[in-house]
Amino acid sequence: MTEVLFLADFSVIKPDPGLIFWTSLIFILVWVILGRMAFGPIQNALQRREQDIQNALDEARKARQEMANLKAENEELLKQAQEERAAILKEAKEAKNSIIEEARNQAKEEYRRIVTDAKEAIENQRMAMIVDLKNQLGVISIDIAEKILHKELKGDKQQEQFVRTLVDEIKLN
Amino acid sequence: MKVELRKLSILVFALVFSFGMLAAQGHGQEQSGESTHEGQDGHGPDSDVSHSYCGGHEEDGAYNPVKTVMEHIADANEFHVWKGVHIPLPIFLYAPGHGWTTGLSSMFEHGHTAVDGYVLNHGRVNRVADPAFPKGEVHIDGVLYKTETVMKGEKEEEKDVYYACYQSELYRLDKPSTVDGGFLGGGITSFYDFSITKNVFSMILASLLLVFLFMAVARGYQRNEGKAPSGVQSFMEVFFVFIRDEVTKPMIGEKHYERFQPFIMTLFFFIMFINLMGLVPFFPGGANITGNLAVTFTLAIFTFIVTNLNGKKDYWEHVFWMPGIPAWVKIILTPVEILSLFIKPFSLMIRLFANISAGHIIILSLIGLVFLFGNNGQSVGGAAGGAIVGGLFTAFMNLIELLVALLQAFIFAILSASYIGAAVEEHDHHDAHEGAH
Repeated sequence: MTEVLFLADFSVIKPDPGLIFWTSLIFILVWVILGRMAFGPIQNALQRREQDIQNALDEARKARQEMANLKAENEELLKQAQEERAAILKEAKEAKNSIIEEARNQAKEEYRRIVTDAKEAIENQRMAMIVDLKNQLGVISIDIAEKILHKELKGDKQQEQFVRTLVDEIKLN
Repeated sequence: MKVELRKLSILVFALVFSFGMLAAQGHGQEQSGESTHEGQDGHGPDSDVSHSYCGGHEEDGAYNPVKTVMEHIADANEFHVWKGVHIPLPIFLYAPGHGWTTGLSSMFEHGHTAVDGYVLNHGRVNRVADPAFPKGEVHIDGVLYKTETVMKGEKEEEKDVYYACYQSELYRLDKPSTVDGGFLGGGITSFYDFSITKNVFSMILASLLLVFLFMAVARGYQRNEGKAPSGVQSFMEVFFVFIRDEVTKPMIGEKHYERFQPFIMTLFFFIMFINLMGLVPFFPGGANITGNLAVTFTLAIFTFIVTNLNGKKDYWEHVFWMPGIPAWVKIILTPVEILSLFIKPFSLMIRLFANISAGHIIILSLIGLVFLFGNNGQSVGGAAGGAIVGGLFTAFMNLIELLVALLQAFIFAILSASYIGAAVEEHDHHDAHEGAH
């Protein structure tokens, strides 16, 4: 088996124009038919589907985001409401306290006033009593003095002596 | 359920392969039988074959492995199913000065009838160029094979020559024209063969399969619009998306890839389908289609044309006057770049051709072990041993070839895509070139 024979029989390396012609024709036909009717539409359909999936994913993400936003908003609202409630409660407490305080103050004032009035009344009363006492004491002492004088000034000498003392006293003045 | 399905699929796979092996072996056996029946097909070194030798059916049954393999990987004008059963294929022959001859390959009766001087020689149409040979249908005694020594310049060269025996006269047969210009042992002869050969037939079958399959897939996309893919659609979608995301998009670029996608997809699926068809060892398959230089040449030419027709200004600038390098380097580089324009499709052509034909040759050689070990039918034990060894190795090779069939289609597609990508790429790094000065 010489090399030459091998080569001569190795017909697949000799390009046959018929085979080239048919290969070209078949390839072009397959190219045109598949390109027009299969690969193009498949590519478009795949792209559309990928777009759809992407859109769906995007929308889901957006919805999730919105949900999260809503939740955050709700929480914010709740927090605000709570704060408001706390504030209102605090205010109410303050109001209550201030009312109580005021009432207490008023009561104190009233009490003080009453006490003052009472004191005044007592004082007035005391003063009146004292005045009365004084008056009575005066009357009593005058009576006593009268009686004493009556007793003392029973004789004229005594009366004269007394007038003398009195005059002395005036002289002293 | 899942495990059972897997078991079932493995079983089916094994069955298909063992059947394939059997069929391939049967194919081989039939071949050996054929070589015994073609008695006069001995390759006697004697060039003085007597005319009486012509019609005789002498047994020269020596199994010639190289010849058998070469005949099996060659293209043919009829589809050999098994011994004595051939599927006739349409014949379209053109001889300058004679015109067209059409018909079915069955009209040649496997080399026993000549029609308009055309004779079937080992499944391939040859032509008697001698005008003395009668036109119309005539019975011939057979085809004779000789080696002749011709002087080519100063070298002696042995040449295979076939003769048709008609009424005890020898008429030299011309092989179909080939366009290798004589470099590869072919050349323009007296006629051109535009028949639907075995390769063309297989290619048409594979293409029809491809078209029907993808029509179904495209229909699936129409039907399942807005729904999840189903059935064959989801099966092919994997391949489609793979080629799109791993080949066209990264190689050609986001901007241009959609334009070239049908071409790359067609290349990939076309090559893959005909590769796989070639691996089927029985009737519709078995043709060594992409293992034929004409086919890979045509496919490479398509890549060459598509690439260079779409070459942008930048591409040609990089070919003829590479920017950013000194002028004396440009003078060296430009011829290299121009050469590379042709070397790229050339490498595509050779790679696919060599891979597929090598696979076919290896498998045929392994099957040939049956006849080699069987000592030409003398030793049944040897034949059995050869069948076991050859069968096991063939099964193994078939698995490798399955990988090669897919891989080579992928490589052809990805390289074509990268060449196209380089052609349509718009460089925006001229500033960088300027800066490099």
